[in-house]
Amino acid sequence: MMSEAPVLSVRDLEVSFATKRGVARVVRGVSYEVAAGETLAIVGESGSGKSVSTLALTKLIPIPPGRVTGQALLGDDDLVPLSERQLLEYRGTRVGYVFQDPMTSLNPVHTIGRQLTEHTRYHLGLSESQARERAVELLEQVGIPAAESRLDDHPHQFSGGMRQRVVIAIGLACDPDVLIADEATTALDVTTQAQILDLVRRLQRERGMAVVWITHDLGVVAGIADRVLVMYAGEVVEQAGVDTLFDLPRHPYTVGLLESLPVLGDLERRDLTAIPGLPPPPTHLPEGCAFHPRCAFRHDERCATERPPLTEVAPGHSIRSFYAVPEEAARAASTAARLPEPGSDRTTDPEGRDDARSGRT
Amino acid sequence: MSDQEQQPTDAPEPRGAGLEQPEIEHRPRWRETLSVLMSNRLAAVGLVVLVVMVVTAILGHRLAPYALDAQDLTRRFDPPSADHWFGTDDLGQDVFSRVVIGARSSLLVAGVSVGISMVVGTLLGLLAGYRGGWMDSTLMRTMDVLFAFPVVLLAIALVAVFGPSLRNTMLAIAVVFTPIFARVVRGSVLSVREQLYVRAVRSLGAGDLRIVLRHVLPNVAAPVLVQTSLSLAFAILTEAALSYVGVGVQPPTPAWGSMLSDAQRYMAQGWWLSVFPGLAIFVTVMSFNLLGDGLRDALDPQQRSIIEARGAGAKDGDA
Repeated sequence: MMSEAPVLSVRDLEVSFATKRGVARVVRGVSYEVAAGETLAIVGESGSGKSVSTLALTKLIPIPPGRVTGQALLGDDDLVPLSERQLLEYRGTRVGYVFQDPMTSLNPVHTIGRQLTEHTRYHLGLSESQARERAVELLEQVGIPAAESRLDDHPHQFSGGMRQRVVIAIGLACDPDVLIADEATTALDVTTQAQILDLVRRLQRERGMAVVWITHDLGVVAGIADRVLVMYAGEVVEQAGVDTLFDLPRHPYTVGLLESLPVLGDLERRDLTAIPGLPPPPTHLPEGCAFHPRCAFRHDERCATERPPLTEVAPGHSIRSFYAVPEEAARAASTAARLPEPGSDRTTDPEGRDDARSGRT
Repeated sequence: MSDQEQQPTDAPEPRGAGLEQPEIEHRPRWRETLSVLMSNRLAAVGLVVLVVMVVTAILGHRLAPYALDAQDLTRRFDPPSADHWFGTDDLGQDVFSRVVIGARSSLLVAGVSVGISMVVGTLLGLLAGYRGGWMDSTLMRTMDVLFAFPVVLLAIALVAVFGPSLRNTMLAIAVVFTPIFARVVRGSVLSVREQLYVRAVRSLGAGDLRIVLRHVLPNVAAPVLVQTSLSLAFAILTEAALSYVGVGVQPPTPAWGSMLSDAQRYMAQGWWLSVFPGLAIFVTVMSFNLLGDGLRDALDPQQRSIIEARGAGAKDGDA
């Protein structure tokens, strides 16, 4: 398995919110590890707890009504018991975030130079001219031409893709150990998306940074991830290497997700298979397996009464289900999921990345 | 021409390449704002008029052709003439001199009272809007109580306790205007607070104080500015109202408001008694509003680059 010690190691993370309709258990016992140079993708539909599970690491959720328990080890430090004031030391410098919408994640009244220098000046104690030099360097790294002359421009003078580059530059400004990208390419068109994915992969290689990539887009997952967590109703339902997940998914939910994707060039399949029903509201989770009411592979009473544990079906591949999808059916779903990958140079990528992947399996 | 502004991927030639110092070129923000402001003609007029007003207020006595206590009872209710540009009043005093000298108290009352209420109101609004919860409810209900208080009643109460003075007039107006700012700011903060960029800077390690001062405050500046220019106008009028009931600026100090209220007794004898102080109020209020509008545009980066692009187009080939 992993040779290096993980940079970020999350154990039994639970996040709940006190609401008028009862306690909403949004994240339930999520555990994962990310090593330097590795990319972990977290996939799931809206409300599956994928964003909250990462925002909660540095308590970027409102507390109260939110409540976080479990462990989030960044190196040797557990972030969960830390106070807001202590967490300021970690945000940005140890954990960087990039959010979904580049159009609104920059402050419209400040120049991007000012926004880029703000964090390095406060956190790294750089002088103004040092910080500006660093800002130019960062902008060049994220591929913004004529970086120096653009420092005094305001966000509205940049296009969406350029803004996301700036946002990434800001996220990287203090050289974090872990970069968390929350739907960072969702608001962009496919071409720009592919460029941003390339960019993040390159920066990751250069800096040996761990990346947690949150998305609902399986195409993006195929393009960027080393390992994948599939989340449903606040739990991890399947965890596998990216190839395994696409070739041989074993959890009924993952299989359902892959089956619901359209396939380019497949003319025989006319209809997309949908998973029946809706995810349960976090205030009223079903007894037993959270997915059982919608599950096509449900077998017996046990599914409705007992919560299945996360069990390993192969080395490095675990699912939370009593009944794994039979390999035949899983393969059928995966062939249906031969996606055209965005930025599909993944297999031909030079050494750096292949090393990271071979260290894993 | 202005194409480079629209194409983000395009590499524009560095602005003012010839001027570039060893350090990275850094045009002071206020100069940029000022140049954009002056390109708006109406705002420029407003600014110039206000500068003239302020100079008048400062020099006051020295500019006035007649002394404040110069009375000529033989020349009561003289219409405007070469001797008395704005005519004379019921005591034969020169109206022009009184308008000039009155600028001081009027502008002082407006400036100080609005200044106090803007600062205090903005701070309270930031606190209420950003903190929310019980802090919000407590502060805003207190503001409601203050706001519900009639300004004249409050001024009378203050005067009854501390005696009539310019200071108490300003204080009364400031107290009544504070809730207006607090409300405007709180409302804007509520929406700015939820913006993604606020969450983004928080995620990168900014504490509450830095978020509020550097990221929230500049984004609520526009409504505050507009409110300020409106309030300055209202403050002058409020001072007039207070002087009218006798709790405002006390004679013999002239103020536009009190002149106006004195004049209404002599409407039949001399229209100039009310028209000129009224005109002074009107011009000042108007200038505040023009300047306020212009400033709001000049401080908005998006508007600013449109204006700059237009300016560059006019000058042509500046870059």
